[in-house]
Amino acid sequence: MLSIKNLHAGIEGKEILNGINLQIKAGEVHAIMGPNGSGKSTLSSVLAGRKEYNVTEGEVRFNGKDLLEMSPEDRAREGLFLAFQYPVEIPGVSTINFLKTAINELRAYKKLPPMEAKYFLKLMKEKQALVELTTSLANRSVNEGFSGGEKKRNEVFQMAMLEPTLAILDETDSGLDIDALKIVANGVNKLRSKDRSFIVITHYQRLLEYIVPDFVHVLFNGKIVKSGGKELALELEAKGYDWVKKEIAAA
Amino acid sequence: MNVIEKMSSTEKLVSEFQRVKSSLKGFLSLREKAISEFERVGIPNRKNEEWKYSDASALFKSEFNVEGLKLKVGKHDIDKFLVPNLNASVVVLVNGIYSEELSSLENIPKGVVISSFAQALAEKPEIVATHFSKYADTTNDAFVALNTAFASDGVFISVPDNTIVKNPIHIINIISVGLPLVKGDKEGFLIQPRFLFIIGNNSELKIVESFDASSSQAKNVCNSVAEISIGEKSKVQYYKLQNDCTGVHLISSVNAHQQKESHFDTNTITLNGDWVRNNLNIVPDAEHCETHLNGLFITCGNQHVDNHTLLDHRKPNCESNQLYKGILDEKSIGIFNGKIFVRRDAQKTNAYQSSKNILLSDDATINTKPQLEIYADDVKCSHGSTTGQLNEDAMFYLRSRGLSENSARNLLLFAFAGDVIEEIQIEPLKIYLAELVNQRLKK
Repeated sequence: MLSIKNLHAGIEGKEILNGINLQIKAGEVHAIMGPNGSGKSTLSSVLAGRKEYNVTEGEVRFNGKDLLEMSPEDRAREGLFLAFQYPVEIPGVSTINFLKTAINELRAYKKLPPMEAKYFLKLMKEKQALVELTTSLANRSVNEGFSGGEKKRNEVFQMAMLEPTLAILDETDSGLDIDALKIVANGVNKLRSKDRSFIVITHYQRLLEYIVPDFVHVLFNGKIVKSGGKELALELEAKGYDWVKKEIAAA
Repeated sequence: MNVIEKMSSTEKLVSEFQRVKSSLKGFLSLREKAISEFERVGIPNRKNEEWKYSDASALFKSEFNVEGLKLKVGKHDIDKFLVPNLNASVVVLVNGIYSEELSSLENIPKGVVISSFAQALAEKPEIVATHFSKYADTTNDAFVALNTAFASDGVFISVPDNTIVKNPIHIINIISVGLPLVKGDKEGFLIQPRFLFIIGNNSELKIVESFDASSSQAKNVCNSVAEISIGEKSKVQYYKLQNDCTGVHLISSVNAHQQKESHFDTNTITLNGDWVRNNLNIVPDAEHCETHLNGLFITCGNQHVDNHTLLDHRKPNCESNQLYKGILDEKSIGIFNGKIFVRRDAQKTNAYQSSKNILLSDDATINTKPQLEIYADDVKCSHGSTTGQLNEDAMFYLRSRGLSENSARNLLLFAFAGDVIEEIQIEPLKIYLAELVNQRLKK
């Protein structure tokens, strides 16, 4: 599904990613962990198509297509979704209007007619329940005045509405208390399927107790320095990132 | 060079006045005074501080026919200018001349008079004399003076005490030459409608004014002046929609005088046009008045839209709110100049003003100048002005959900404009304008 080869990227001339290699197959959940400044958010930004980041080397193929050539909207239309670490507040734009536009543009891309209003509202209701979002919340402007927890739930709700094939969760656990974390993780788990893959970016092992990954990768200095199964996360939690840093230094 | 141009076009208009004055209906001494004030002040150019960014003298290079061209407009031609479900009384002016035939009045309560200004001049000279040229200042504003000198037609509305005019009055200005110019030596028309609205105590009136000049040519100038007298505890709403006005340069002056506990709400929306200057002069002249001034302008190409507001708080315990928003693209120019006076007697005044603008192109210009002059010591006043670009983070967020760049942009711009649209208190008009704005943003 996603194939990242020797990806080098940076911002304002500063190189942050130094040759990332990663293969993700349909239905897999990959966790990417790493200390601050290791390049986790840069990776998600590059994959989603933030134009401030420059790719200097390497390639990313998504379902066989060159992802880096695509506009952010085409990436979304091809099935990519980024759950933002800091979801943007957009006053005056209602969640309903925004999602209706998004869904219908995704459908137009697939040459499908616009979704019927009745079905759309039904779908909204159904997916909101997934993350325990109330109706009044969805009628408000996008993220405006939402608490940290509501914003993250709104991200997962949007994911559920747009039904991507690859979802990137960028530090979705940051700023969440344990109850909100469970709700968000629960929502994500319900969206897991054999056709949908996830990249879960996080500092902490805590989120991975609820969203259990198939693979764990450790990102350090812009490179994946260690990969393993879900037990790698536990090992990291116990030994800290210094353990990985020392291993690298020794090698 | 500028002085000579100013002199010549001003002089030409003064001599036109001398030529036609015997045909003007009454008020000759008032007109003579106005034309002499016009002559003294002259058509303003950039040297005049109030016209620094809008060189009116450039509009007056050609010669004008000052007598309106009577044009045949069919009743069905009006249909496309109507606002769906507004249920308004429709008043049509063709080149500034009131058309009895095209106008249709609905549900007019007893005692309410809606007529041509010409008819009011002829039949109600005493009432006209009480208010005509009492609120619009001819001493400093050349265009008010010019309009006053020539004023012969337009709209007259009088609402007695304790009367609610439920259906809005929709004034449609059709400006059109429609035919090859009759008089070959003159290039354009100078159209000068006059509006006089007198609202008694404890009454209500809603006015919507729109323009159609799309089939005309840009050498015409429409210089309109409105005077509105609002009685005690009365509520007046005035919506000005400048949508189809590409064929004319618009200069408009709206002058409202508020009495005790009255409300005046006005909304000026400029979407299409060429060169537009709106002056709003409002005097809450008694205690406990409330005033809301809102404006929205969306410009592109070489459009030039200038909004000047003046709020003169003279008495205590009044409140005013102003919100003006601009979205400017390509090489267009926008101006917002908002002046608030709080006189020494006007204690406990609350006056707020905000001007917010988005520039979509490097070549677009906005000049915004909020001015507060406060002479009272116990007041709450604030003004703010922001100019920026579209929020890049919001754009990326929307696009990352699959919205095209255009859809994302339109959604954000519509949200920005939405604050002004929300202030419209007539629901069918709000829906109509929201749709017009939406269409305009897609252009």
